Amino acid sequence: MITNKSYKIPFLILAILLLLLFLVNVSLGSISIPLKTIINSFFTTAENYTNQEYIIQNYRLPKAFTAILVGSGLGISGLLMQTLFRNPLAGPFVLGITSGASLGVALVIMGSSIFGGLLATFLISKWSIVIAASLGSFLVLLTVLIVSSRVRDTMAILIIGLMFGSITAAVVSVLSYFSSAEELQQYIFWGFGSLGDLQWNELKVFTIIYCIGILFSIASIKALNTLLLGENYAKSLGLKLKQSRLLIIIATSLLAGTITAFTGPIAFIGLAVPHLTRQIFNTSNHKILLPAVFLFGAIIMLICDSIAQLPSTDYTLPINAITSLIGAPVVIWLLVRKKKMIF
Amino acid sequence: MVTCEKKEDDFLMTKENQNIILNTTALSIGYQSKKKDNIVASNINIELQQGELIGLVGANGIGKSTLLRTLTKVQPPIDGDIAIHSKSLNNYTSIELAKALSLVLTETIASKNLSVFELVALGRQPYTNWVGNLSNDDISIINLAIEKTNLTDLKHKKCFELSDGQLQKVMIARALAQDTSLIILDEPTTHLDMYHKAYVLKLLQKLAKETNKTILFSSHEIDLAIQLCDSLIVMTNNGIIQDSPTNLIKQGAFNTLFPQDLIVFDEHTGAFRVKK
Repeated sequence: MITNKSYKIPFLILAILLLLLFLVNVSLGSISIPLKTIINSFFTTAENYTNQEYIIQNYRLPKAFTAILVGSGLGISGLLMQTLFRNPLAGPFVLGITSGASLGVALVIMGSSIFGGLLATFLISKWSIVIAASLGSFLVLLTVLIVSSRVRDTMAILIIGLMFGSITAAVVSVLSYFSSAEELQQYIFWGFGSLGDLQWNELKVFTIIYCIGILFSIASIKALNTLLLGENYAKSLGLKLKQSRLLIIIATSLLAGTITAFTGPIAFIGLAVPHLTRQIFNTSNHKILLPAVFLFGAIIMLICDSIAQLPSTDYTLPINAITSLIGAPVVIWLLVRKKKMIF
Repeated sequence: MVTCEKKEDDFLMTKENQNIILNTTALSIGYQSKKKDNIVASNINIELQQGELIGLVGANGIGKSTLLRTLTKVQPPIDGDIAIHSKSLNNYTSIELAKALSLVLTETIASKNLSVFELVALGRQPYTNWVGNLSNDDISIINLAIEKTNLTDLKHKKCFELSDGQLQKVMIARALAQDTSLIILDEPTTHLDMYHKAYVLKLLQKLAKETNKTILFSSHEIDLAIQLCDSLIVMTNNGIIQDSPTNLIKQGAFNTLFPQDLIVFDEHTGAFRVKK
């Protein structure tokens, strides 16, 4: 579409902001670490780490990276879904990804008492929850896709996704009813979402899948722009609708699926960041929106995470609560100020 | 003088015959289901010549939309063949078809946050690279389409700021930018006031002449279509005929267009009037 010149400065500002917030996020926490130590930690070998450098390299940096991946990934998958379904209320989870993940995790946590003994201790480890969440979301998504391939209307996919969400929610309710208070608490804690649980080796797997998702999203840019005219016009412009739709759905699943698997269901970002970006950049061109949503998503997630860890205290608030607490007023304010929704 | 004109007409006719953009042979249209075929119309033989403005008229429910949907490969024909540039529609890939045929539909576009330029630019999608970058050629074609539809002043306006009439012009500009030899419009004059109905159809006539494109549109504005079109396709229960408006009036084709109890066609004015 039209030239990108006028967007260079906003992009530069956002990129600098992202870098600054990244450093702030790393320096803040139960103890504040000065910037100098952060930089030094990159030039020290692992054996010679001071305590603070050790905290930075093994806790703070992975968490800040996770925040960037989660914020940008959820923002982008939300953007893809909103354009594909031409629905401003769509988000990364309309296809049943979260509900599938919840079901997987609920089965592992609350169903483990049924398996009992040794198996139970094995089941409730970090990787088992990641695998359960991935399997759950994959299976539910697959079912949604198989059912959807029998309907011609894209909107029907939205409804089918929501219906599967209801079914899984019902199963989780039944499981909760029969489980102990401890298991219930553990499940609820997973539902709060957490950015801080990932180690570098887990982050590696996360990043690889994330990058594939991003590549698929970039490959969908032209299709997304064509879809702004509606499906029939898009077809008349030579777009292979089924193929493009599948690519967009796979990109979303990879991004939202891995994020949910590794960090739990993070609410709100996927819905709000695309709206925020459209309001500020005042465009619907995905060649601009995609990188802008990436930056905004990462920035907002870093801000939310910095607030959630309540600097200089030992408490960390659930990230899920913070994203909505901070994000919702911002979106409302933008909508009121601009007086109209851009879509 | 009269004979001279006649000769010129004949000459033009033979010349036009070499430039058939779209033709159908023994085409049957309708809806197929497992149980039985529901045929809406059959034995349709039409020819669209280069540079002509062709109107498609008929009563509600007669199958205008079905015909347009079939001609544009949205739904398959039940029988017979459609050819664009003498090549069967079945042999076109989606990109090839997008370069031969552009559409203006009745549905509203999904995002009205696009600027006029951006929307018209989307017409270049079949020609652009994987990410949709516009070349200088693309940009000049877009600007030409905007110019030809008198939209230069609105170029940077957003679509939600436009009136229905302006938006219809933008959609026509987008079809022009797609640079196809055939443009098909489905009821381009609905929702428009009398002036803009005439304006849009007059614009289509101008574009057909200036750009030498073939433009087919369906419409309920029979009187305007009679005045402006080179050729009309009339759909009635008795069959589908295509001819020039004057010949159609002579044949009385418009008399059977609607039930006779309420309105009658006046051959002198070329318009319908309510029975006294």
